[in-house]
Amino acid sequence: MERRDVVIIGGGPAGLSAALRLGELGVAATVLEREQEAGGIPRHCGHLGFGWQSHRRIWSGPRFAAQLRDDSKGLDLRTGHTVLGIDGDVLRVQSEHGISEIAAGRIILATGTRETPRSARLVGGARPRGVMTTGALQANVYLQHFKPFERPIIVGSEWVSFSAILTCRHIGIQPVAMIEAKDRISAPRPGDLIARLAYGVPVWTRTKLIAIEGRSQVQAVEIERNGARQHMACDGVIFTGEFVPEAALLVNQPKVILAGNVHGALKTSGACWREGRATAEQVARELA
Amino acid sequence: MHRSFDIAVIGGGVVGLAILRRFAMAGLSAVLLERGADILSGASKGNSALLHTGFDAPTGSTELTCMQAGYAEYIDIRDKLNLPLVESSALVVAWSDEERAKLDGIVAKAHANGVTDVRHVERNDLRRREPHLAQGARAAVLVPREHIIDAWSAPLAYAHQALAHGAVILRNAEVTGGDFANGAWTLASTAGPVTARVVVNAAGNFGDLVEAIARPSPFTITPRRGQFVVFDKEASRLVDAIILPVPTERTKGVVLFRTAFGNLAIGPTAEDVTEREVAATDTATLERLKARALEMVPSLAGIGVNAIYAGLRPATERKDYVIEALADRHWITVGGIRSTGLTACLGIAQHVAGLYASQFGALPQAPAPVWTPVPNLAEERPRPYMQGGEIVCHCERVTRGEIVAALEGPLPAGDLGGLKRRTRAMMGRCQGFNCSAHVDALFREKRHGAA
Repeated sequence: MERRDVVIIGGGPAGLSAALRLGELGVAATVLEREQEAGGIPRHCGHLGFGWQSHRRIWSGPRFAAQLRDDSKGLDLRTGHTVLGIDGDVLRVQSEHGISEIAAGRIILATGTRETPRSARLVGGARPRGVMTTGALQANVYLQHFKPFERPIIVGSEWVSFSAILTCRHIGIQPVAMIEAKDRISAPRPGDLIARLAYGVPVWTRTKLIAIEGRSQVQAVEIERNGARQHMACDGVIFTGEFVPEAALLVNQPKVILAGNVHGALKTSGACWREGRATAEQVARELA
Repeated sequence: MHRSFDIAVIGGGVVGLAILRRFAMAGLSAVLLERGADILSGASKGNSALLHTGFDAPTGSTELTCMQAGYAEYIDIRDKLNLPLVESSALVVAWSDEERAKLDGIVAKAHANGVTDVRHVERNDLRRREPHLAQGARAAVLVPREHIIDAWSAPLAYAHQALAHGAVILRNAEVTGGDFANGAWTLASTAGPVTARVVVNAAGNFGDLVEAIARPSPFTITPRRGQFVVFDKEASRLVDAIILPVPTERTKGVVLFRTAFGNLAIGPTAEDVTEREVAATDTATLERLKARALEMVPSLAGIGVNAIYAGLRPATERKDYVIEALADRHWITVGGIRSTGLTACLGIAQHVAGLYASQFGALPQAPAPVWTPVPNLAEERPRPYMQGGEIVCHCERVTRGEIVAALEGPLPAGDLGGLKRRTRAMMGRCQGFNCSAHVDALFREKRHGAA
């Protein structure tokens, strides 16, 4: 069986920065990334705001991800490698060649986070096309250059919800509204003003999504606004935020060390990058 | 294009496909017309995917006969078609003394139905078998041969086997009318006219409307909606058997069951609706289902919901299936096939072939069967990713090769839903957050030739 001092699961900002820092400290680390390309979520965040913490630049997500890949050229970075399970210090890994095992001195889990989809929110109605998370929308727009709808409604008002507006506008999609069940938006206050004034997207608080309607594509949603039910025409629904850790591998794994967004509340890519470095330093000290 | 066949089957659900397979394998020229963009897009789309013994079916009914014949044929052919079977058993659990008092009757009925291995399980034995069930579980009836299958592999295999025997499957082919003249039907459809000597109505939730082509329908469909909640894979270790409630007059009730894909699910509800096509869920019902599951298995607390869905079962005012041949009209009615259709479909096909032989002439000498095994979707058997390849859907571990294969061949996925059903892609805990853009692009590329 192959043995490695440190195996890092996940090749996004946290995993790659941990591997790079371990390298600087003289510890060889192997990064296992299940996608065909490393870089993580920034790969499909087309807007600006990435790279300041790590490179003192302000880049788009894809540019930042490309830089991370460039920085990682000397690393043992294995894309297309999926960790199926962890048993003590042994990882079961799938790749194009089949399944193999790697024994790791230390395991760092940097598998990131994802948004809560429609199903886990128990939002009822029909199941037409055009219902997706911001992450899926971004992958459609920035990776596939595909416009899945023209006039969607945005559910939620976190930072990422405003990022959904930017993604829509990038490809000429005009959201009909952003709705938030709570009394005020989750992101800081001027956000709603900017959404309305700069992008023409009204932001409705105290508005809850009740059901999705449509046969093949979304045709409308039923919402409850200020206590009254109404239908609103739209051809898509974007479920934004309510991030949950991508932590399926973590069940009963006390020895695994967490880094980045798999660990607690949603952080920026810069914070994940810093946390990866800090985790690397801790692991290097333990191994010294 | 005007085509002429011995048999035209209306409806590409499990029942229609099993009937098509049976006639095609018997050497008749057979065509199937499905109104949806893909097969299995109506009543067959959303069910609990269980293989039933018929222990609780109406004694002496056509339904019971078809279920037991269907069960036996499924077991007989499943290796040749590579179909799953998770041998789980079922427990009818009594949660009150009142329910407990009904268990004797359930055992007696099962024995009357020929399911003689059904027996009582007392509280201690129940606790040992299902340690995660809530304390309120008093006693149960064990049904050893109730098993878990998946809803799509089998009918897809029947479709492929029918095609291998020369059958034709037309999709986006809604039957809009028909004329019977000179001993043959000419059906008008959105895919053009089709001529056949005998028509089989297996139109599911549209069965009474299609029946009106031949005669005033002797039954009326009132779709019965069933909603389901599917928990994350972590939950499947908490329950072993299929957990059934003590049934009421109206419905078998809400079932807690593992799925062939390694999840745990609860459902279905039983709600009479007028909508025949869109199976909608609603939040309040989903919340009730989730709460009921947590009541039954408290350790489910904190485990996420992966998926929600609903199905529409073609219920009628009749207690039994309506399967009959109209000799003078060259028409066979297969109506009101409710939740037991997945189990019964092969048996229904045998029964329908028998009606054909008695009313419309003996079936020809059958050619040697061609077996068309389908890719395995079940978790407990080897899956393609284990041999390598690029995983596209990480939650369900679906490879690019599986997705591409489902978009090729004699019956490629007709829509994205059909692709999901054939591969499990996008059905996992992230519901496409990671892979849906990629899968959608593969679909567009393969089906429309554009990236």
